[in-house]
Amino acid sequence: MIQVSNLRKTYNGVTVLNIGHLEIPQGESFGLVGNNGAGKTTFFSLLLDLIEPSNGHITSNHVQVNKSEGWKPFTAAFLDETFLIGYLTPEEYFYFIGELRGQNKADVDALLKKHEDFFNDEILNKKKYLRDLSKGNQKKVGIIATLIGNPQVIILDEPFANLDPSTQFRLKKIIKDIADNSTTTILVSSHDLAHTIEVSNRIVVMNKGEVVKDIKTSAETLQELEQYFAV
Amino acid sequence: MKIFMIIAAIYFSLIFLGAGVATFYLIKKELGQDPLVLVSKFLIYYTVGDLLMRLFFQKIPIINIRPLLTLPIKRSTIINFAIGKTMVSFFNFIHALFFVPFCVVLIKEGYNPVNVILWLLAIWSLTYCVNLLNTLLTNKDSLLIGFVVIVLVLGALQYYNLFDITTVTGSFYYGFYTTYYLFLVPIALLAFLWIATFKYFRKNLYLDTGLKGKHEEAKTENYTWLNQFGTMGTFLKNDIKLIRRNKRSKTTVVMSVLFLFYGILFFSSGIEAYQGPMMQMFAAIFVTGGFLFTFGQFVPSWDSAYYPLMMSQNIPYRDYIASKWWLVVIGTVISMLLSVFYMYYGFSIYLSILVGAIYNIGVNSHLILLGGAYTKSPIDLASSKQAFGDKKAFNVKTLLLTIPKLLVPMLLYGVGFYLISPEAGLAFVAAAGILGFAFRNKMFTIIERVYKTEKYKTINAYSQKN
Repeated sequence: MIQVSNLRKTYNGVTVLNIGHLEIPQGESFGLVGNNGAGKTTFFSLLLDLIEPSNGHITSNHVQVNKSEGWKPFTAAFLDETFLIGYLTPEEYFYFIGELRGQNKADVDALLKKHEDFFNDEILNKKKYLRDLSKGNQKKVGIIATLIGNPQVIILDEPFANLDPSTQFRLKKIIKDIADNSTTTILVSSHDLAHTIEVSNRIVVMNKGEVVKDIKTSAETLQELEQYFAV
Repeated sequence: MKIFMIIAAIYFSLIFLGAGVATFYLIKKELGQDPLVLVSKFLIYYTVGDLLMRLFFQKIPIINIRPLLTLPIKRSTIINFAIGKTMVSFFNFIHALFFVPFCVVLIKEGYNPVNVILWLLAIWSLTYCVNLLNTLLTNKDSLLIGFVVIVLVLGALQYYNLFDITTVTGSFYYGFYTTYYLFLVPIALLAFLWIATFKYFRKNLYLDTGLKGKHEEAKTENYTWLNQFGTMGTFLKNDIKLIRRNKRSKTTVVMSVLFLFYGILFFSSGIEAYQGPMMQMFAAIFVTGGFLFTFGQFVPSWDSAYYPLMMSQNIPYRDYIASKWWLVVIGTVISMLLSVFYMYYGFSIYLSILVGAIYNIGVNSHLILLGGAYTKSPIDLASSKQAFGDKKAFNVKTLLLTIPKLLVPMLLYGVGFYLISPEAGLAFVAAAGILGFAFRNKMFTIIERVYKTEKYKTINAYSQKN
């Protein structure tokens, strides 16, 4: 589904990302871990054509991301608050995203109903604009918005950060449900090793812009990762 | 843009300086009155005008208070520092440029130096009083409006010789010169205002009061009547909400109304410099161009906070640009309809306004959207959460960027007017407008291409938060 070829990103002579070859098949639940500065967000930004590769390219479903816009209809992402429109209410934001993905109001309402628990009665019908919600609630809106329209590729950058324990639990369940779906490819980055292991079937560890580990999740993975990151 | 601000600042400084020296001699020679008396008489309008100018233009310096609250700095120190920072402003400094030379001339011409200095001190303290008044009033729009109303009423009364307030205030101001102790009054007023401002800010220095940031009640609006326009309707919905729900963007509507009335200055034969035929075209463009210029200029900067979303979603650039184009065109048409009151000045005036509107729709709309694609300044729509933050969003830059776009129609009109006839001038401008309209799709393609080529730089520029 996603192919990375000779991808390199350099700022002022410093290479912050260097992935020679990486392939993510359709239906995979891909976990990306690494310390700060490892290049996780850079990779996602390149995947969404928000920054220009210094070298190489990424192909998503046979569409070269930095040459064509054909990847946009089937890709959904939530990286940070720049993916939210602050002056809209959560409902308006969901309907907006829905309209962009060809979903009508009823479809969106059905999806929102399905995730009622996730919202914990703090988001819908609260007469608040997105900019006035807490950071955690804003994140919830962004994450659920990526599910609208059943996109084939979902990208979440550190979705577990800033969420309360119950919400993290619910989010894990949501991601696992998506992972079970063999047509949707989901990419999640996180600082939390335990969460990542629970939701991903493949984990890639990055350090200083390069892939240092690429493993299929198993019972020993947690130990393996902890050993790697231990100081 | 900063260059223009600096040039404007220097320009005004020179004017004030020149006026400071020249006023004395002008009044003595031309009007034969005691200059000090005359100046004192009209100082009340000067003071009020100063306050009004500051309310619009003087930005209260933004100091990020929250991090300072937990540091070992006394609250009173923070507040005094903040208030003091407002005092160090060009708006205070510029008055010195007028008054100091004026007083130097006064002393040179034989007025009692001690009294002159006391007069100067009094005026000086009044300047700072105005500064503090501005700080206090800036946050209360109701007071501002009341103030403007009172000023307009008093001004009208004086203009029509019904009641001359300057006789009262003039003797007060002149009293600073004649009576030794009167200068203490403004100084006392200054101290009083400082304490009032201090108290006001001290109360608001808590996270749950002044620093809280206003949370208004939100209403979910669906604008279903726009659904028939497809993707364009989707963007129009967002734009309408953007304008209605953000202070920064609401001012574009206010500006369009102001621009609408700006034409009165030109067409009512009030001001000599504005009488030329080319200036008439200038005004005509201005009248219907308010919304077009103030909103269109910052497309797509209005969306800068969520530009990554817009760039990674399934949003055809063409529809995005088209929706913004329709929005400014509708704004222009509404201005055109509202400007019908200019018929009072004669049909030919209104005709030039109509022609100006055609030009705006046909040419300026494209130019402005094209220019906006290259402007990469992010816009912070979010309301300021700081007690000392700048809650007004009046932007001098907007004015400066607008002026070049007015020159071409002026030239076109001028060419037609001087070579053939006024009607030809109008025809030239209108023809240019219609031509531009015909090239609409080509222009959209060009703008779309600019969006694509500038995409990475724009995303990068918008993510810089300063």
